[in-house]
This record gives sequence, C-alpha cells and structure tokens, in this order.
Amino acid sequence: MTVGAVRVLRSEWTKVRSVASTAWTLGLAVVVTVGLGVLISALVRSEWDDMPARERVAFDATYVSFAGTSLGQLAMIVFGVLVVSSEYSTGMIRTSLAAVPRRGVFLAAKVAVATALALVVGMVTSFAAFFAGQAALGGHSTSLGGPGVLRAVVGGGLYMTLIAVFSMGVAVMLRGPMLSLGILMPFFFLISNVLGNVSATERIGRYLPDQAGGRIMRVVTAPGDDTPYGPWGGLGIMALWAVAALACGYALLRKRDA
Amino acid sequence: MIEVEGLTKRYGEKVAVNGLTFTVRPGVVTGFLGPNGSGKSTTMRMVLGLDRPSAGAVRIDGLPYGRLQDPLRHVGALLDAKALHGGRSAFHHLLALAQSNGIPRSRVDEVLDTVGLTAVARKKARGFSLGMGQRLGIAGALLGDPRILMFDEPVNGLDPEGIHWIRTLMKSLAAQGRTVFVSSHLMSEMALTADHLVVIGQGRLLADTSMADFIRHNARSYVRVRSPQREQLLDVLRAAGTVPVEAGGGVLEVDGAAAERIGELAARHGIVLHELSPRQASLEEAFMRLTAESVEYHARAETSSGGWGDAGGGRGGGKVT
Repeated sequence: MTVGAVRVLRSEWTKVRSVASTAWTLGLAVVVTVGLGVLISALVRSEWDDMPARERVAFDATYVSFAGTSLGQLAMIVFGVLVVSSEYSTGMIRTSLAAVPRRGVFLAAKVAVATALALVVGMVTSFAAFFAGQAALGGHSTSLGGPGVLRAVVGGGLYMTLIAVFSMGVAVMLRGPMLSLGILMPFFFLISNVLGNVSATERIGRYLPDQAGGRIMRVVTAPGDDTPYGPWGGLGIMALWAVAALACGYALLRKRDA
Repeated sequence: MIEVEGLTKRYGEKVAVNGLTFTVRPGVVTGFLGPNGSGKSTTMRMVLGLDRPSAGAVRIDGLPYGRLQDPLRHVGALLDAKALHGGRSAFHHLLALAQSNGIPRSRVDEVLDTVGLTAVARKKARGFSLGMGQRLGIAGALLGDPRILMFDEPVNGLDPEGIHWIRTLMKSLAAQGRTVFVSSHLMSEMALTADHLVVIGQGRLLADTSMADFIRHNARSYVRVRSPQREQLLDVLRAAGTVPVEAGGGVLEVDGAAAERIGELAARHGIVLHELSPRQASLEEAFMRLTAESVEYHARAETSSGGWGDAGGGRGGGKVT
C-alpha cells in the first residue's frame, strides 16, 4: 500500500470516529439484534410444548438466536448510508475531494474503513446474539461445537458487514441520505421478504442480497428446501451484490461533478 | 500560479463558463469579479478538479489539480463555509484533512489559533455562526501552508470586524509572495483588497487588468477625504454604511455619502479632516455597466470584432478581451 493510501485511510478513520451517528447506529445494531434474538429465543422456549412435531424436526436453535437480525440490520443499513451520504448532505464532499482528488482512492479508503468497523461490530453482534440466544433457549440450545454452528455464527457477522457494504454502494450512487434510506429500508424490511416468501416470486426473490446471504445463518435445512445454493454460495451472491453496487457507485462518482 | 486556458462549462444548453483564459500570479491579491451567477464559483470548482470542464484546462504550477501530490500543500481553498460535516468538531474536521495530505497534527492547532477558534475547537461545527464557519473554512485553506489560496466570496455575511480580518489576512498572504485569488460580486469590496482584477459576466472574460488601471479608466463619483486619523475615520465611515476606498498617499475615496454627511460624521467623532472634496462617477457603476454590457457584447461579437472597449465603460483598462 502506498504512503498516500495509508494517509487517506487514517483520515477516513478520523472522520468515521468523530461523528455521533457512528456510535448510535452501530450500538443500535448490536442492542436490537441481540435483544430481539434473546426475546424470541425465550418465547420459543416457553412455547416449546405447544410446537407441532413437524416444526420440532426443522427447529434450528442457531437460526432462532439470529431472529433479531431482520430488525438489527436496518441500523447497519443506516450506518452504511450515513457514512457515505453525509458527505453529500453536508457539502463535505467538496472539501474531501479537494483534499483527495483521486476519487478511487477516496472511495476505497472510506469503504475500507467503514467495512472494517462494520466487520468488528458485526462479529461482536453475531457471537453475542448466539450466546445470549442459546442461554435463553435453555434445554433446546445448541453449542458452538455443533456441526455448522460456528460457520453460521461467523456467517452472521459477515452478513451484517455485507449489508452495510451494499448500503454504502447504493448511497454512493444515490448520494442523498433520504433517498438512499427511503429505498433500502422498506426494501430489506418488507419487499425482499415478500418476494422471497411468495411462491410466485420465490425463485427470483432468493437471489436478492439478504435472502441469499441469510442462508449462512441456518444450520438445519427445512425438509423440501430446494434452494440451489449452499450457505457460502448464498453469501457469495450477497457479496456480488455489494461489489456491483460499489462498482456502479464508483463509475458514477468518477464522472460526476462534486 | 493558476493558469486557466479556454475553460468552458456547459450544463446541457446553458453555458456557465465560456472560453475563459487568464492567469493568476503570485505576490498580489487577484480579485475575481462578476455578478451573481456569472460563473465564478463554477470556475473555482473546476480549478479544484471538482467539476469537469466541457473544454479547456486549468494548471496549478504547471500541473492539473488531480496530479498534485498532496494538493492541500499546494492550494488552499475556501469554497463555501458549509462544506463540512456539522456533527464533527472543528478539530476533527481539520485533523482528517491534515491526515489525508500528510500534514503534521501540530499544524491543526496552529491554524485554529491563527483564525481564533482554539476555544471552540472541540465544539461541533453545527453550532458555529456564519463568521466562525468562515474562519474554520479559512483554517482548512491555510492548513497545508499552500503557495496558492483561493477564496469564494469570503466576506459574505460577515460583520465589519470579520471583513477587516479577512481583508488583512489576504493582503498579508499576498505580501508573503503567495498567489491569492478571491471572488466577489462587490466591486467596492474588491477595490479595498485586490491589486489585480479578472472580471467576468455570463461566463465570459470582460477584463483582466490591474486595479489601478481599472480605477483610472473608470471615473467615479466619490468624495475624497484625507485625515491624520485615517483608521478611526475608516471605522466611522464603514459603520455609517459608506464604502471608503484607499487610494494611496493617505487618501480615502468614499462612495455612497455626500461631502456634507462625511464632514458631519467626522465632526461628531472628533476626527480632523485635511481634505474633503466631491468627485464624480462610481467604480461600482462602471462595474455594473461593464457586466451589464456583457450581454450586448456577446451579441455584437457575433457580427463584428468590436470589444467592450467600444461599448463604453473602461477604455483600455489593461488587457481587455
């Protein structure tokens, strides 16, 4: 890595750590994901006796402890969007690009720093959600040594990271925070779930970033599941989405007036 | 040195900047003058490589901006005071800029001190007044100790004290041999600060001339005042809303007030006057006439090679394009 790139990385680290929104969004991601996961795990434990046998067969203790991800990921999306779009909404982008006119270096450094931070927080969230969730499940819990469990927990951290990276890419394309969040939040909270679970759209829906990436958090495959990719394949599809969003964003950033 | 050559910027049908060619030299304050919307900010953004020219080029000490190693060490710019994240403290804003260009951390404290923001360095920029924001922007421009400085409408919305501070700063930077390029839509402001003028209207170059020549060729109506208490008189005149211009030899030329009123003002504040005489035709008027004619010039240039010199206004004010 060149001296110049290291300087820009340090600069972006200063930027990301010196605004309150970083602590807020990432903190919320941890609390919501872990908290909701514990709540639902506890609920499952108390309702266990009423659960039909068919559901008990497909019961996935690991996946249940990640139940908070669907809501917690929204905070990750806000983090990814704000890291990028606050440059535009505040006008800081002009100051930033005057300081670092090589736009590829600027974008790469910003994304690298924010991704590293999201990865750390994502992993902490994932492991915390798993252990707290298993504690809440009591007798129905699993352990990290079980087949595929460690993969699912590490994958949960990667999932949270990739959702943030994908959001960064979209924000580079769209620039404004309201527009970016207005598209990403309803998409990941509602639309993607509908597309992925309605039989008419399921075949396409399961290639959406969150539907594909989420598979890595499952340890038990439901009977009759014909998903054409495995856990890592699904995460790969999600990573491709993130890379594509960043590539489009970079292409636009390169030729746009700041 | 900033060299602008054939610079053009089109937004669809609209031409914002049209074939600008001029050079900004070190050691003097160069005023970049034009009415609002004449293309000054667009030109400055193209100098910094923020906007891509439709045609033409800008070179900073011989290189395009994007090829400068650590650009903040070459060019410091204040584009607008709001080009920062309001949730970040002044200190961290400057620290991030410094780090990106390998500027030592100690320099951040130095420039904060220079612009007088040390006391609020850890406060969020969101709470800053316009004047403080402007000072923070200037701190960012000074950060890399650059040889070239560029300020876009730096005195907009500032109080008299702030205006005076910026004016003094720009003059001292030029006196250190730096290139200082400052835009304004106010002739009166430029007359106090700039040694050289680049005037544009509707994106076209109207004049590239020394301030002295511009004044000489554009007679104005004003009141000529001389006083041994020059600074005190300046303050009184500015406070009264007039526009005093320093004309050398301790002479002040005052726009916007009758001789009677200036005499009364001076008497009320106990200021001795050695001279008080009305003259005619204002510099601001000459500028307004010049820029208003840019439309007419545009139409005329299509049919003849006549420059604006014929159209009235400043005859032969330096190099006229």
